Amino acid sequence: MQTEVIMAGFGGQGVITAGYLLAQAALAEEREVTWLPSYGPEMRGGTANCTVVVGDEPIGSPLVSAPKVAVVMNRPSLEKFAPKLKPGGLLVVDSCLIPIRSDRTDIREFRIRADDLAVSAGSRKGANLAMLGALLGILPLVSRETAEKIIGKHFAKKPQFIESNLQAFLLGFEQAKAGKSDE
Amino acid sequence: MAKVLMKGNEAIGEAAIRAGCRNFFGYPITPQSEVPEYLSRRFPEVGGTYVQAESEVAAINMLYGGAGVGKRVLTTSSSPGISLMSEGISYIAACELPVVLVNIVRGGPGLGGILPAQSDYHQATRGIGHGDFRLLVLAPASVQEAVNLIYEAFDLADRYRNPVLILGDGMIGQMMEPVEFPPMRPLDSLPEKPWAATGMKDRPQNVINSLYLNEHELNAHNFKLKAKYDQVAREQVRFETWRCDGDLDVLVVAFGTMARIVKTALADFNAAGGRGGVFRPITLWPYPHEQLRETARRAKKVLVIEMNTGQMIDDVRMALGPDREVGFFGRTGGVVPTPDDVLAAIGEVTGKGAAR
Amino acid sequence: MKAIFGYPKSLQSRTTHYCPGCTHGVIHRLVAESIDELGLRERTVAVAPVGCSVLAYNYFNCDSFEASHGRAPAVATGAKRCRPDLIVFTYQGDGDLASIGMAEIVHAANRGEKITVIFVNNAIYGMTGGQMAPTTLPGQVTSTSPFGRDTELAGWPIRVAELLATLRGKAYIARVAAHTPLLTIKAKAAIRRAFDLQRRDECFTFVEVLSTCPTNWGMTPNEATEWLERNMMPYYRLGVLKEPGDFVPYSVERG
Ligand SMILES: Cc1ncc(C[n+]2csc(CCOP(=O)(O)OP(=O)(O)O)c2C)c(N)n1
Ligand code: SF4
Repeated sequence: MQTEVIMAGFGGQGVITAGYLLAQAALAEEREVTWLPSYGPEMRGGTANCTVVVGDEPIGSPLVSAPKVAVVMNRPSLEKFAPKLKPGGLLVVDSCLIPIRSDRTDIREFRIRADDLAVSAGSRKGANLAMLGALLGILPLVSRETAEKIIGKHFAKKPQFIESNLQAFLLGFEQAKAGKSDE
Repeated sequence: MAKVLMKGNEAIGEAAIRAGCRNFFGYPITPQSEVPEYLSRRFPEVGGTYVQAESEVAAINMLYGGAGVGKRVLTTSSSPGISLMSEGISYIAACELPVVLVNIVRGGPGLGGILPAQSDYHQATRGIGHGDFRLLVLAPASVQEAVNLIYEAFDLADRYRNPVLILGDGMIGQMMEPVEFPPMRPLDSLPEKPWAATGMKDRPQNVINSLYLNEHELNAHNFKLKAKYDQVAREQVRFETWRCDGDLDVLVVAFGTMARIVKTALADFNAAGGRGGVFRPITLWPYPHEQLRETARRAKKVLVIEMNTGQMIDDVRMALGPDREVGFFGRTGGVVPTPDDVLAAIGEVTGKGAAR
Repeated sequence: MKAIFGYPKSLQSRTTHYCPGCTHGVIHRLVAESIDELGLRERTVAVAPVGCSVLAYNYFNCDSFEASHGRAPAVATGAKRCRPDLIVFTYQGDGDLASIGMAEIVHAANRGEKITVIFVNNAIYGMTGGQMAPTTLPGQVTSTSPFGRDTELAGWPIRVAELLATLRGKAYIARVAAHTPLLTIKAKAAIRRAFDLQRRDECFTFVEVLSTCPTNWGMTPNEATEWLERNMMPYYRLGVLKEPGDFVPYSVERG
C-alpha cells in the first residue's frame, strides 16, 4: 500500500515544510518515503508544491501523475491538482483562501478554515500545520503523536513557535477527525 | 546508524566525506548547488577545504592538482559545466588520476533548462573529452544508492586510477529519501599513492604528465589504458533486474530515476495481468551488454525508456543485435515521463493496455 | 652571466631544447638556485605550462605536473590546498598566462593562493611559431600581426604585474629581466624572495621575467637583447610592484 500526497500553495505558506514534516514523521515510523519539491521555473510566480509518497514497500516513482491526496492552499493549486486526483481520492482545501470547490463528484473534498484556525492558535503562519493536522485527522498516514514529536523537534531552535504550531496542528486534526467540513 | 531524511545533493556531499574526501572544488550550477553548499558548511567540522573555483575549467584543473598530490577529491556540476570540464577530464584520465565527478544532469543542449534529464548519456559513456579513454559511469536510482555509489566510487577511482563519474539527474539531487550512511573512513586507512607528486626525498622524480611526443610511446600508453578498461569491463559490470523471472510480455530497459517510474507503471501493468520486468544498468560504462542479451531472450518485446531522444538505446541495440526490434519512448528537456505516460507506451508495444 | 660553481641540485643534468640565446634556460637556473638555497627541493612541486617550457618537468629536479594550456594556477591551487606543506610553483609563458589562462591567474592571485608564479614574458607565442601574444608590443610584427600590432584592432599589450597589483589582497609582485649579469642578480633576488615568502606562508607571489625569443623575433641573441632593452623595458617597467608589507588590513573607513 502506498499513498501519494501533493501539498501545494503559494511560496511562503509552508507547504514544502508541511510535506517535509510528513516525510520526517513517516521515517520516524520506519515507513518508506520520498519527498520531491518542485524546483526551478515552476517556483517562480509564487506557487510551490511538493510530493510525498508514503508506503510499506520501496517506492517506485517519486513523481506522481495521479495522487491519492492533494492538500491545497491557493486557488491555482486546486485548479491544477483536483482534476489529477485518483477516483476515491481526498482533497483538503483551505476554505479561507479558496472560494471555489472542485467539480469532482468521485473524490472526497474536505474544506477547513485553516488560516482562521491558525490565527486562533496564535499565528497565521501555522496554517500549513492546521492543513497537515486535517490530513492526518482523516487519513492516519502517521500517528498524531509522531507528528507532534516531529513538529516539536523541527521548531526546537525557535521554541516561541512550538506552541502555536502544535495548537494549529491539533485544531486541524480534531476538526477533521470529527468529520466537520466547512461547507 | 539510524536513517535520516536527506536531499540527494546533500547526501552526496556527506557520502564523499565518509569516503575520506576532504577537498572539493566546484562552481555553482543548478540543480547541484546543494552539494557545494552542504560541503562549505560541513567541511570545517572535519578539517576539509572547500574552494569555489572561478569556473568549471578551473575547478577540474584544481581537481587535477589535488588528485596529483594524492588526495581524494570531488567536483560536482551539471551538464553545461561538465562540457567545460571535458579537456581537464581527458588530462586526468590520461595521467591516470583517481577523481570522482558528479553530473546532476539538466535538460540540454546549450543552456537548456534546469529540470531533470538524461541527455548526457552519450557525453558520459562515449568519451566526454578528446582522446581514447573511458570513465567508469555509475547511475543511481535512489538517494541511498547515490550514497553507496559515491562511497564506493572513491575506492574504484583509486583501485583503477581512473576518473569515476556519477550520473544523476535533477530528481536524484532534489529529492529527499531516508538514507543510512556508511561509516567514516579513517584517513590513515586510505590507500597509499606512491606515484603522487608529494615532493621527492629519496626516490626518483614523480611527474603527472600526459605529453608523449614519441608516437610509439603514446601508442603504448593508449594500449596500457585499454588493457585497464578491459579489466574494468570484466570486473565492474553492475545491473538490477526487477520482475524478470520467467517469460515476459515486455522487458523495459531504463536507468537512474527513470527506472523507478517504470517500476511503478509495470506494477499496474502486471496487476492487470501483464508480465513486464525492468532491466536497469547501474554501470553505464562498462555496460551490461551480455546480461541484457540473456534477459531479453525471454521477452517478447523490448522497450527502452529514457529522458532524452534515444541515447542508451545505442547500447541496447549493440547488446541485442540488428535482428531484434527495440521500441523507444522518451521525453526531454525536463519533461519527466509519468507512470501514466510509461504505461501508455508499454500498452502500445505490447498491445495490452492497463487502466489506472 | 653570473658565475656560479656547480650545478643546482634542483636542475636535472640534461641539455634543454631551448633555442640558442633564449632566456628560458637562465630563468630555470635562477628558480633552481633559489629552491636549493632555501632547502626546499624535497617538498617542491613544479607545474609546467603549455608553451616552450612544456617540458620544464624534464629540467627541474623535483616532482612536477604538466598542466593544460593556461590552467597551471588552478592545478597549483588544487595541489597547495590539498597539501599546504608543499612548495608549489607554476612556470608560464605569456600566451598561457595572459591569454587563455587569464581567469585562472587573476583568481588564484585574488584568492591569495600561497604559490609562486614565474611568468616568462617574451611578447610572443614561442612554441606555436611566433603568433601575436596579449603582451606583443604596439607595432610589433608577428606571424598573425604581419603589419605590426594594431592597437585599434588588437588592443594594448597587457601589463600583468600591474594588473595583479591592483587586487586588494596581500601579495608580492615584481617584474625583472635576466639578459644582463646585473639584472640577473636582481631577478634572482626577486625569485628567491618569492619562494621565501611562500616558505613562510606569507602570500601569493608573482615574478614576471622579461624574456627574449630570438627565434620568433627573427634576431640574433645579441639583437634580441638589444630589442628587449629598447622596446620592452620602457613599456614593462622593472621593479617591485607590491610588497606584502603594503597590505592594509580592512577597515570600514578605508575599504
Ligand atoms: C587549448 C589549447 N589551445 C591552443 C594550444 C596551442 N598552444 C600551445 S603553446 C601556445 C602558446 C604558447 O605561448 P606562450 O605562453 O607565450 O609561451 P612561449 O612558448 O612563448 O614560452 C599555444 C597557443 C594548446 N596546446 N591548447
Ligand atoms: S621559440 Fe623562443 S621562447 Fe621558445 S625556446 Fe625558442 S627562443 Fe625560447
